[in-house]
Amino acid sequence: MRLANYQTDGFYDEMFDESGIPRPRADALAKRLTALSDGELVRRQKAADLTLLNMGITFAVYGHEAGTEKVWPFDIVPRIVDGTEFDTIQRGLRQRIFALNLFIDDVYNEQRILKDGIVPFELVFSASCYLEQCVGLKPPGGVWCHVVGTDLVRDGDGKFYVLEDNLRCPSGVSYVIENREVMKRTFPQIFGGLRIQPVEDYPERLLETLQHVAPPNTQSPNVVVLTPGIYNSAYFEHSFLAQQMGVELVEGSDLVISDGYVCMRTTRGLQRVDVIYRRIDDTFLDPKCFRPDSTLGVPGLMEVYRKGRVTLANAPGTGVADDKAIYAYVPRIIKYYLGEDPILNNVPTHICSEQDDLQYVLRNLSKLVIKPTNESGGYGIVIGPRATAEELAKCADQIRANPRNYIAQPMLALSRVPTIVDDHLEGRHVDLRPYMLYGKDIFVLPGGLTRVALRKGSLIVNSSQGGGSKDTWVLA
Amino acid sequence: MLSRVADSVFWLSRYVERAENVARFLDVNMHMTLDLGDSVSQQWEPLVATTGDNEVFAERHGRANRDSVWQFLTFDHKNPNSIVSCLYSARENARTIRGSLPSEVWEELNKFYLFVRGADVPNALENTTQFLGEVKRYSQLLVGIMESLMSRNEAWHFSRMGRNLERADKTSRILDVKYFILLPTTSEVGTPLDVIQWSALLKSASALEMYRRVRGRIAPEHVVGFLMLDRDFPRSVRYCLSRAEESLRAVTGSSEGTYQLKAEKLLGRLRSDFEFTQSSDIIQAGLHEFIDHFQLCLNEVDAAIFNSFFATQPVANGGEQSQSSSTAE
Repeated sequence: MRLANYQTDGFYDEMFDESGIPRPRADALAKRLTALSDGELVRRQKAADLTLLNMGITFAVYGHEAGTEKVWPFDIVPRIVDGTEFDTIQRGLRQRIFALNLFIDDVYNEQRILKDGIVPFELVFSASCYLEQCVGLKPPGGVWCHVVGTDLVRDGDGKFYVLEDNLRCPSGVSYVIENREVMKRTFPQIFGGLRIQPVEDYPERLLETLQHVAPPNTQSPNVVVLTPGIYNSAYFEHSFLAQQMGVELVEGSDLVISDGYVCMRTTRGLQRVDVIYRRIDDTFLDPKCFRPDSTLGVPGLMEVYRKGRVTLANAPGTGVADDKAIYAYVPRIIKYYLGEDPILNNVPTHICSEQDDLQYVLRNLSKLVIKPTNESGGYGIVIGPRATAEELAKCADQIRANPRNYIAQPMLALSRVPTIVDDHLEGRHVDLRPYMLYGKDIFVLPGGLTRVALRKGSLIVNSSQGGGSKDTWVLA
Repeated sequence: MLSRVADSVFWLSRYVERAENVARFLDVNMHMTLDLGDSVSQQWEPLVATTGDNEVFAERHGRANRDSVWQFLTFDHKNPNSIVSCLYSARENARTIRGSLPSEVWEELNKFYLFVRGADVPNALENTTQFLGEVKRYSQLLVGIMESLMSRNEAWHFSRMGRNLERADKTSRILDVKYFILLPTTSEVGTPLDVIQWSALLKSASALEMYRRVRGRIAPEHVVGFLMLDRDFPRSVRYCLSRAEESLRAVTGSSEGTYQLKAEKLLGRLRSDFEFTQSSDIIQAGLHEFIDHFQLCLNEVDAAIFNSFFATQPVANGGEQSQSSSTAE
C-alpha cells in the first residue's frame, strides 16, 4: 500500500518525521506496510474486528441501556516506542510512584509535607478522594498504590509529559494484553524480525505483587479480584485478570466477615481471603465505614483491614494523590521526599483555587483546557479553543462558584499515529498509559495502552467517548 | 468453589443443553411433517407441549403451525426457553464466571450466541436442517471443549450435573410427545405411520442407530425402554441420572450408596428406581403418568441441589430458584 500521501499536518507523528521519512524505530514497520497489496490492511483490520467480537472483548458504556456491551475499538497499525526512550519513561515513572506512595502514607500519618508547608493543608483536605477514615492506616510494606496506570502524552516538542496519575483502580491493562493477542492472531507477518518486548507476563507479575503484600505470616495467601459485577464498564478486565491469575472473581455478596476475617462463600462453606484486588471504588467498599447505601461492598471489611487481617489493593484513600489539583504539586512532592528533580515533566497546570492562577485562567479561558479536579474518563473537560462563547461563559461561572474544583492547562498538540480511516491511513491523536506494579519493588510493564481519538481532530481518547486503542510496541 | 460460580456453571451447561434439545425437537418434527404431509399438520402443537410452555405460546402466537412454533422455539426473545433465550442466559452465566472457565469455552459460547442472534431468520426458516445442525454442532463442540480442557474439579462436576439433569428431563419429554399426539388408535399400531413416529422419537435423541444395534426392530415398549432405561446410551434418562449422581458425589465426597445431603438422597433414590424398573412397568403405569411422576421427582432434586449449594444466603422470596427450571407443571 502507498504511504506517500500520508500527511503529518505539522503534528509530531509517531511513525514519520516532519519530512515524511519513517523514524528509525518505525522504519521496518513502514517497509512492511508499504509491501502490503492494496486492501490487505483493511482485510486484516476486519479480521481483527471479528476476532475481538468472537473473543467477546467488550466494554460497557454508561448512559446507554443497562448491559450494553460494545466491542473494543481497535486499530491494527501499532504505535512504536523506542527502547531507550521507554527506559527514561520507566525511570521517571518509578520515581514518581515511589514519591506519590510516600506522599499518601505521609498525608494519612505524620503529615510532614503539610506541616512543612510544601502542599497546603486546605488543598489536601478538600480533595474529594481524601478519606479521613484512612488516617493512621499502615498497609503492609507501606505500599498504598499497588497498581498504577499513568497517562502520558507526547506534545508537539516531541517530549513526553505526565497528564494524569491514576492511583485508584486504573483499568485497561487487559486490553494491552488482548490487543497483542489479536495482533498475533490476525497479523502475524508484521511482527517478523522485530524485537518487541512482551507484555504477556503481566498477570503473573500482578499475582506475585498481590501475594507479596498479603498480611504478614500468611501461608500461600488466597487472592481474589472483587468486581462490582457484569454491568461495570471494566467487567471484562476484572474477569480476564482473575482468569489469567487463576484466582476467584468475587462480588461483594460472595464475601462475608466471619470471626474477624474476610471469607468467601463456597460450595464447601466459608473460606478465608487474604488479599483483595478490589476494582470497586473506595467509598463503596464497606457500607459500615463509607457510603451506607453501597450494596457492592462488604459490611465490616474496613475493620478487618485496619486490624491487618486482609490486604486491599489498592489501599483506600490513594485518590488523594491523583486529585488534579494535587497533581500540580507532584514535582515539589518528588523533590521533597527524594531530593531529586522529576525525570518526567508535568504539563504546566494552573490551580484555580490559587488567586493568581484563577485570574489568569479566567482571562485566558479560550486558550486553555479546563478540567474538573474530581472527574475521570474525560468527563467534564472544556477545551477552550474549541468551545463556544456560551460554553466558555458557563465554564467561567462554574469556576468562580467553586474554584477548588478546577484546574487549567495549556492546549497540547498530542502526537499522532497513522490510523486506518476507510481504505487509507490518516494521523490521529494518541496518549499512552503504561502500567506499574508496586509490591516488593516497582515494575513498569514495557508496553502500555495507546488510546487513539478516532474522530478526525479529536483529542478525547477515552473509550466511552469515541476513543479506540492500538497495540503498543516497546522495542528491545 | 464459590457458590455463585457453581450456580452459574451448572446453569450455563443446562441452558446450552436445553438449546440443543430444542433444536433436536424442531429438526425431527420438520422431517416428520415432510414425511407425513398435510394429514398431520397439527403435529406442531405437541412440540410446544413438549417444552412445557403452552401458556406462553398461546399468549404470544395463538395457533400452532410450522412458522409460529418455529419462531417461538428459535428466535423468540420473550420465550425464556427459545434457543436464542437459552443462549443468552448461558452466555450471561458464562460472563459472570468468565474467570473460572477456559477461554475457549467462553469464546465458542460467545460465537454460538452471536451466530444465533445474528441469524438471518427467513433464511434459517428456509434451511432449517442447516441452521439446527449448526446449533447442535456448537453445543457438542462446547461439551467437547469442556471435556478435554477442564480439570475434573468442582466446576466441571457442576457443569456435568447440570447437563445431565437437563438431558434426562428433555429425553423424558421427547417420549411424552407420544402422549400428546402420537398415540395411534389400536388399529394403527404397527403401521408404517406408527413406525415412522417411533423412529422419529429415537432420531430426535440421536438414538435410532444405537437402538437398532441393541433392539433391531421398532417396538413401542422397546423404544420406551431404550430412551428411559438403557444403561449405556448417553442420552437415556437412566444414564444421565447415573452421571449426574456421580458428579454430585464427586462434589460432596460421599461414597457410593451413602448420602450426606438431601439432594444426594433424592437423586440416588431416583437413579436406583430407574435401575430396578423394566419397560413393561412403565407401560403398565402409563407412560405419561410415569413421566409426570419422574418430572416431579426431578424438580425436587433441582430444588435440593439449589438449597445445598447455591442458596448461600436467605433469599427474600422464600428461597425460590433464581433461574428457571424447565417450566413443566
